[in-house]
Amino acid sequence: MVPLTWYLTLAAFMFCSGLYAALGRRNAIAVLMGIELMLNAANINLIAFWRYGVTPVENVDGQVFAIFVIAVAAAEVAVGLALIISVYRNRKTLNLDELDILKG
Amino acid sequence: MPELPIPIPPLPTLHESVFMAIALLTVVGAFLVVAARNLFHNALGLALTFFGVAGVYFVAEAEFVGVAQVLVYVGAISTLITFAIMLTRGMMYGATSPLNRQAGTAAIIAATVFVVMAGLLGSLPWPVAEEPIVDGQIVIANLGVGFVTEFVVAFLLLAVLLLVALAGAIVLAQDRK
Repeated sequence: MVPLTWYLTLAAFMFCSGLYAALGRRNAIAVLMGIELMLNAANINLIAFWRYGVTPVENVDGQVFAIFVIAVAAAEVAVGLALIISVYRNRKTLNLDELDILKG
Repeated sequence: MPELPIPIPPLPTLHESVFMAIALLTVVGAFLVVAARNLFHNALGLALTFFGVAGVYFVAEAEFVGVAQVLVYVGAISTLITFAIMLTRGMMYGATSPLNRQAGTAAIIAATVFVVMAGLLGSLPWPVAEEPIVDGQIVIANLGVGFVTEFVVAFLLLAVLLLVALAGAIVLAQDRK
C-alpha cells in the first residue's frame, strides 16, 4: 500500500511548481497553467485524505470535493482563456509586465 | 548467514512501484510546464501531468474522479489551452526570456514552501493504515446518491456556475467589431 506521505509529497511538489510558474512566468497562459497545476495538487490531497479516512466506502465527501474542484476549474479555465484572448486582441501582447493599465 | 551491517530496505510492492512510475511521469510533466521555454511544450507537459494525476487517482482507488480527470482535464482543458496558444501565436517563441523580473524570488519562495511542506509532512503522525475497499462499485453508487441528496444544492449551483461561466466566456471572447 502507498503511504499517505507519498501522495502529499507529490502534491507539494506540484503545488510549488505551479506557484513558481504563476509567480515567475511572463506569459499569461503559462501563469494559467501554473494555477492548473496548483488546483491539481489540491485535488490529489483531497483524494489521498479521502482514501485514508475512517470509512472511505460510506463517506465519499473527499471525492465530492474533488469533483467540485474539477468543475470549478473547468469554468475558471474557460473564463481565463476568454480573458486572455480578449486581451490579446486588444493589446497584441500577453506579456504580463506590459499589461499594467490598471496601475495608478 | 551473518547479519548485514545495513539492513536491506524492503522491495517496493507492485502498488508502490506503479505509484512511483506514475509520480515520476507527473513530476516530469510538472517540470516541463515550469521549465520549458516553448509555450507549446509547456502545454504538452501539462497534458502529461494531467494524465499522471489521473493515474494517481486510479492508484488511490478513486476511479470515478480519475475518469472525470481524463475527460475534463486531458480532453477539454488541455485542448482549450492549446487552442489559446495557437490563437495567440507569436507569443510562443519570444526572443526575450519567458521569465519575469521576479522569477528568482519566485523560485526561492517556491523552493522554501516545498522544503517546509516536505519537512512538515515527514514529521507529522499521519494515519498509516488505509481501509481496504472491497467493492469499488459501492463507492461510485454512494457518490451518485450523495449528488442527488446531501449535495444536491451545491450540485445545482455548480450547474448554474458552469452555465454562467461558459456564457460569460463566449461574451468575453467574441469580436465586437
